[in-house]
Amino acid sequence: MKKRKPLSTSSDWSFELIQEYYDAIEKTAEKYQLDTYPNQIEVITAEQMLDAYASVGMPIGYNHWSFGKHFISNEQQYRRGRMGLAYEIVINSNPCIAYLMEENTMMMQALVMAHACFGHNSFFKGNYLFKTWTDAEAIIDYLLFAKNYIAECERRYGIDEVESLLDACHALMNYGVDRYKRPYPISMREEKRRQKEREEFLQSQVNDLWRTIPKKLTKTQQQERVSFPSEPQENILYFIEKNAPLLESWQREIVRIVRKIGQYFYPQRQTQVMNEGWACFWHYTLINDLYDQGLVTDGFMIEFLQSHTNVVYQPSFDSPYFSGINPYALGYAMMQDIKRICEAPTEEDKAWFPDIAGSNWQTTLDFAMKNFKDESFIAQFLSPKLIRDFKLFSILDDDKENALAVEAIHNESGYRQIRELLSNQYNLSMNEPNIQVYSVNVRGDRSITLRHTPHNRVPLAETKTEVLKHLHQLWGFPVKLESLNEQGEPYLVEMVPSEEAKQTA
Amino acid sequence: MAQLIDRRPNAKNKSTVNRQRFIRRYKQQIKKAIADQIGNRSVTDLEKGEKVSIPSKDIKEPTFRHGDGGSKQRVYPGNKEFVPGDQIQRPPPGGAGKGGRRASDDGEGKDDFLFEISKDEYLDLLFDDLELPNLKKNQLKKMTKTRSVRAGYTTDGVPTNISIVRSLRSAMARRIALSAEPKKALAQLELERQKLIDNGLQDSDSFREIEKNIAELEEKIKRIPFIDTFDLRFNNYAKRPDPTSQAVMFCIMDVSGSMDQATKDMAKRFYILLYLFLSRSYKDVDVVFIRHHTQAKEVDEQEFFYSQETGGTIVSSALKLMDKIIKERYPLDQWNIYAAQASDGDNWNDDSPLCKKILTQNLLPAVRYFAYVEITQREHQSLWHQYESLLGQHNNFAIQQITEQSDIYPVFREFFRKQAA
Repeated sequence: MKKRKPLSTSSDWSFELIQEYYDAIEKTAEKYQLDTYPNQIEVITAEQMLDAYASVGMPIGYNHWSFGKHFISNEQQYRRGRMGLAYEIVINSNPCIAYLMEENTMMMQALVMAHACFGHNSFFKGNYLFKTWTDAEAIIDYLLFAKNYIAECERRYGIDEVESLLDACHALMNYGVDRYKRPYPISMREEKRRQKEREEFLQSQVNDLWRTIPKKLTKTQQQERVSFPSEPQENILYFIEKNAPLLESWQREIVRIVRKIGQYFYPQRQTQVMNEGWACFWHYTLINDLYDQGLVTDGFMIEFLQSHTNVVYQPSFDSPYFSGINPYALGYAMMQDIKRICEAPTEEDKAWFPDIAGSNWQTTLDFAMKNFKDESFIAQFLSPKLIRDFKLFSILDDDKENALAVEAIHNESGYRQIRELLSNQYNLSMNEPNIQVYSVNVRGDRSITLRHTPHNRVPLAETKTEVLKHLHQLWGFPVKLESLNEQGEPYLVEMVPSEEAKQTA
Repeated sequence: MAQLIDRRPNAKNKSTVNRQRFIRRYKQQIKKAIADQIGNRSVTDLEKGEKVSIPSKDIKEPTFRHGDGGSKQRVYPGNKEFVPGDQIQRPPPGGAGKGGRRASDDGEGKDDFLFEISKDEYLDLLFDDLELPNLKKNQLKKMTKTRSVRAGYTTDGVPTNISIVRSLRSAMARRIALSAEPKKALAQLELERQKLIDNGLQDSDSFREIEKNIAELEEKIKRIPFIDTFDLRFNNYAKRPDPTSQAVMFCIMDVSGSMDQATKDMAKRFYILLYLFLSRSYKDVDVVFIRHHTQAKEVDEQEFFYSQETGGTIVSSALKLMDKIIKERYPLDQWNIYAAQASDGDNWNDDSPLCKKILTQNLLPAVRYFAYVEITQREHQSLWHQYESLLGQHNNFAIQQITEQSDIYPVFREFFRKQAA
């Protein structure tokens, strides 16, 4: 390719330069057929970046002390130089909003644009989880609706009321997700229109469930009432929203808001490795392509490679910098590895990945990006070569044994086990304790029972008491937590309020 | 095509509300932290906020999580020498070894949650629920100072106060009003004149008549003055009484041999609090430092706190000096006077009644508040007893005892606790 004049030679950026770089990257991305939402790029200060951090990148968020806490602690760390700011935050919306920090050099701005505006953006648009579970068109509207609604509630019912309700909801936010059902898309106008209706309808439903005036029940009804809910419910917040006896309708609406936002971020939590890997792969590919076109200088590339390698660095388990497996490193390596398998498969690759070895790498990567989440992506694509490169090994930590045992390492007999274990490590339903609403005592003391099904005897952490207190606040009547022992028999772990727990014990 | 937006100018402090919510929620803990760490501040050093740390266990956001125990399998990177079947000693909980870094990261989490609050936030918390006694009464009574405020416009005034815009505006209105009629007539005449010209009647009488009228009207319009005395508008100022908002704080301290540096430090902390507190209510706070042994002397801050003196103690000398300074420099109708006296309680026995007399006759009528702190662990001596007898008679007088550093803040709060209305 004919060498052209580089776009810029100094490290300072200007709005015109950003635009030029963006256009160049966009043209390059078209070559690779990256399908993206339109981009909205916002230049912000470091302080604004800290703001964005605290609110998980949501451009509009309701007010809550916990966001303040995160803001303060990030700010402290940043000031003390302990933490560099991530150079980008991007959220799944249409248009896709990406932030550029004013302190960044021109190279960094270009990297961020390639990473966020094309990498993440195309992932948001293409990946099945985001497609099914989130509605990029409506999220900004919905956040605005949520903020206004909660502010209105604060005015009407007082900050403390709303705050403690939000505390309770946040504690259960991870249990406010439908894992299998597809939620309806949400938008603000729709939401406002429906909200009123819902308010009345919900209340009438609840009233019916908790009707105190005895009504003659037919035989079938009586049987139905024996166990409520008829099946255990994994979406605890949803259950609360629909069935908690004492909540007022505005409180139900807030439960719903927290639930919806939790749901919105659910795909994000399930695709960290893929999402970051995809974005890193593309910023690497796109910037290198710019270099091949002669649009950026050697100095630019050196600076770029330095940043890039920092991001995709994986410290080993015994390094002082180790803090788990770096999703950027793993994701990026896997994406590059898939490309390698497509372009230059070895005998081993042909044996392990007969369907993709030698195929077109762009189609294969595109397919991988669209149809997997971390768990299945690793289970499907982690190659023996990567296991060797990362020198992965697995440890069994069994509290019945005195010592930890090394189970599998990067050898022929260990590949499959390591791949399976690592895949499980990204399975959210394994990482979060399995707790479901098991039953409600409709006819008696109205207590709600949660059942924890332990996996490999792993107990719940001490925080459970606090969470149960929050749940008790929402439910309004006693809350019981059961767990299953090794024989699969349920036993009571804890009860809130605890005085009654003592009585029953 | 991307949309590029510069967000830097707007939406600063987007997190302010959340931050305030955080502080609001942990007010009790933060207040306690602040109370614990008052110290090492210069008396007039107001420029910084304060670092506050609260136990991070109090601010956890609980969720259901896996606890320790059971059987867990995890994958780690960077194997060097392990082969399947190797046994590794279990690292002590939270200790070094594998994942040692992680443990120490967690360890940081277990530390106190340290953060900085701004000066205003700090003072708000520090003086929450406190008030200056007699403040309201005082403001109502003393409204002697006045200041000029704008009060619209008048038609009369001195040339320096002319409002040019207003004057020209009314001149223009007058010109428009006065010239409207002639201008209308003029337009009418010009129309007729044009008609005559079109009909070729330039020599007719009526044409000459019209010409004459036009000239007259033009002359008339020209005669309307551009500006008239009638148009002038003057900025009006009114005198408004201004509640005086300056205060002077007298710090009186015994520096005789019996006061050691530790005692002085405690006194200093007390003065710092008082200064901070006063400067919240008053725009300007003067501080006068008076130290005394057998003689009193007005000094600067450095000398006040750090120079060492020896000798006996005559408290009345300081009170006399204070009285003198008030009379010379701080007229009562302009200044709110506060005084804090710190001493270890030593005084020359015969002097104490004199102190009482000066207080009753000269000082207490003049000051808003006089606080006496005795920093001692011994029995009270004559000065305390004399002061004690004053308590019932004057509500702007208070005495408290400090025995150790941790008493300072509670004692201070005791002095200025909000009185039930």
